[in-house]
Amino acid sequence: MSLPDSFIVHEHDVLVIGAGGAGLRAAIEASAAGVKVGVICKSLLGKAHTVMAEGGMAAAMGNVDDRDGWETHFADTMRGGQYLNNPVMAEHHAKEAPDRVRELEAWGAVFDRTKDGRILQRNFGGHRYPRLAHVGDRTGLELIRTLQDHGIHQGMEVFMEMTVVSLLKSGGRVNGALGYDRERGRMHVWKAKAVVLATGGIGKAFRITSNSWEGTGDGHALAYHAGAELMDMEFVQFHPTGMVWPPSVRGLLVTEGVRGEGGVLRNSEGKRFMFDDVPDAYKNQVAKDEEEGWRYVCGDKNANRPPELLTRDHVARCINREIKAGRGSPHGGVFLDIAWIKEKLPNAGAHIQRKLPSMYHQFKQLAGVDITTERMEVGPTTHYVMGGVLVNGDTQESSVPGLFAAGEVAAGLHGANRLGGNSLSDLIVFGKLAGEHAAKYAKANRAVEIDAAEVAAKTAALEEPFARRTGENPYAIQSQLQDSMQDLVGIVRTHDEMERAIGIIEDLKKRAKNVAVSGHREYNPGWHTAIDLGCLLTVSESIARSAIDRKESRGAQFRDDFPKKDDACSTFNMVCRKAADGSMEVSRRPLPPMRAELKAVIEKMK
Amino acid sequence: MSSPAARNGNHEASRMVEFRVWRGDRSGGAFQTYSVQVTQGMVVLDCIHRIQADQANDLAVRWNCKAGKCGSCSAEINGHPKLMCMTRMDALPADRPVTVEPMRSFPSIRDLVTDVSWNFRMKRRIKPFKPRKPDHADGSWTMMQEDVDRVQEFRKCIECFLCQDVCHVLRDHHKHDEFIGPRFLMYTAALEMHPLDTENRIADLKEENGIGYCNITKCCTKVCPEHIGITDNAIIPMKERVVDEFYDPLTRLFRIFKPR
Repeated sequence: MSLPDSFIVHEHDVLVIGAGGAGLRAAIEASAAGVKVGVICKSLLGKAHTVMAEGGMAAAMGNVDDRDGWETHFADTMRGGQYLNNPVMAEHHAKEAPDRVRELEAWGAVFDRTKDGRILQRNFGGHRYPRLAHVGDRTGLELIRTLQDHGIHQGMEVFMEMTVVSLLKSGGRVNGALGYDRERGRMHVWKAKAVVLATGGIGKAFRITSNSWEGTGDGHALAYHAGAELMDMEFVQFHPTGMVWPPSVRGLLVTEGVRGEGGVLRNSEGKRFMFDDVPDAYKNQVAKDEEEGWRYVCGDKNANRPPELLTRDHVARCINREIKAGRGSPHGGVFLDIAWIKEKLPNAGAHIQRKLPSMYHQFKQLAGVDITTERMEVGPTTHYVMGGVLVNGDTQESSVPGLFAAGEVAAGLHGANRLGGNSLSDLIVFGKLAGEHAAKYAKANRAVEIDAAEVAAKTAALEEPFARRTGENPYAIQSQLQDSMQDLVGIVRTHDEMERAIGIIEDLKKRAKNVAVSGHREYNPGWHTAIDLGCLLTVSESIARSAIDRKESRGAQFRDDFPKKDDACSTFNMVCRKAADGSMEVSRRPLPPMRAELKAVIEKMK
Repeated sequence: MSSPAARNGNHEASRMVEFRVWRGDRSGGAFQTYSVQVTQGMVVLDCIHRIQADQANDLAVRWNCKAGKCGSCSAEINGHPKLMCMTRMDALPADRPVTVEPMRSFPSIRDLVTDVSWNFRMKRRIKPFKPRKPDHADGSWTMMQEDVDRVQEFRKCIECFLCQDVCHVLRDHHKHDEFIGPRFLMYTAALEMHPLDTENRIADLKEENGIGYCNITKCCTKVCPEHIGITDNAIIPMKERVVDEFYDPLTRLFRIFKPR
């Protein structure tokens, strides 16, 4: 049986799904290895969620503080991840990030400079030294534009506004992907010897999120249904500072860079509440008073960081506590104040506008707030998933041969909590590794024929919503899922609430099988939402089931019924896989062993 | 957690607003009218999403970040090229319907979505960045902040293509084959002014990229959501370089004796 003519068929050695930082970096690397590369973007090229990253990319270059080095970065990442990280990945990341950043400069990126003309680095939560290479507060845009403008001259074929709905397999190996183009609604088959998933996150599973419509966990779901394992899915990062007002921008990110530049958090009583609760692991790294915190912001090497620059999980919980205790701001957040630095700096207004231009712009335009003179209102927002496809730390290959994953869709680097700035560096370090090893795999393995019957069956399922005259509204189901995840599997979790969420998800899965869409296949967002729903339901279930089985509070997971960290839970990662009967199977996977020299690094840095 | 709507939304003032949204495709279309409940702080994109969720599931609109950072939701609102996500409802006149239509300089795909692929083709035509050899053994360079300020201004561009939409050379005269438009004149300027770049794109600017068509009416600068000085800081200096290289009598004299 061959594919019907209505399918558009493409053939590549390496197919990269996703065109944010990780996908483009992987595509560049694979192209450089001399194989034929295709890149699929869900949106237009250069619009991926990477553009939203603001603060910077962490790399221990030591340009601002020469005490920094890979060992410190490694130890900071492991501490931030509560030691559930894959140490092999944390090591690659800490060692290779500086070269990856310098490489961007060679491709045309223009970072902010130090006084002696090197790449400037800024402070960020959980990083011991100023470590984030940045461009004002639009570092993600700089990263994606640099990779895009370099990449388009490397010979890769780019498919814009196309979505992959299923991976194709033969003989246990991935051999391609099936998808559609948004413009005409035509079906496409990409034949490929190796596939790299670089699809980003899952934020749209929650009501309040910094993610765009694209963040529906496509790669997570594609991998899961192809037989790969999802690890650490209980760890969803709630960024402490999202906008809370006006309602239409609720959840929109407010960069940690605001705090890096001296912004402080206050409750309705005007108190800097972050000083009240400093975790033991950070006791000797936090300023004893406001004055020392300011000295740190100004670059005093003998000063410790202000408590606002503790890890995101902790800051988010403290903010949540203030709000729940009735000490919040008028619109249900707390106050973030950068305007106060005028007490310390002449020309503070101009300084803020130069250091945080898009934050200035965003608040001025969307909330009518001038951050150089007024306080912002902020609250936690779903931002990032530490969990994702379980991969080999050296090659980024999943347990399915020929299937690789890099960036947010992969698990391992961040453990239970990601440090700010470690995401952009994650993209370029592991994007490169995935591209390199996918190309290697493609060279070593032959193409395998596509199974036309498999394609036909999967396509038929996609078209069903058009055939129904009446049925469920896909937007309504998505909305109900988001409310349930927000309320029942959010920042503070309990067993009973999460069991309720599972019940709702099971019900929504049934209803999703009965969605109806109107209109035709060309650029029809109702249809696209109906398709994305399947992915959202898979990742939501995986988050809830993993979270139920981790009976402790650690990193990004806080359990009201198990409020303490439990040493017995420090030895495993949660893993989800699809069982033979189609149900989701959750198990505990022992942590990978850590080499003695890495253990010694952690001890030394304690 | 109490729902955000209960805390914020319900007690805010709300009003019904009439929207006239262009619906159609390559073969043509027409404005359709929708009524939307608008609450405080809403932007035009929110209203389009409400229409999509409740009244027209298949209304096509392109958007991503909803924060003015990705440049996807460009459209013409009451006739003005703008980002839908950054246009607040309370900034529009309350006494008449809000008109939303796609960018008119690009071919229609469906409803508010246009085919902007021409822009991606134009970018590929411009010679890529070519740095001088690194200054240091680790592959890095020394560059001062004051030397990169101007280039950083251009690199703020989010590629919303509103400047391309409004440029009369493209919009009215359809010079898409001979003129790359303000976005890519500025892109060229960013490469030409990059302290490390060694490539020369001045002849291309003059010939196939058509910088001479620009008669500096500054329409592009006016619509730029990033407030980049496209005309003054990028296009005019590039025009000057073209003049210096091709029309300056002294340079021309030199060229006679020392061909390039």
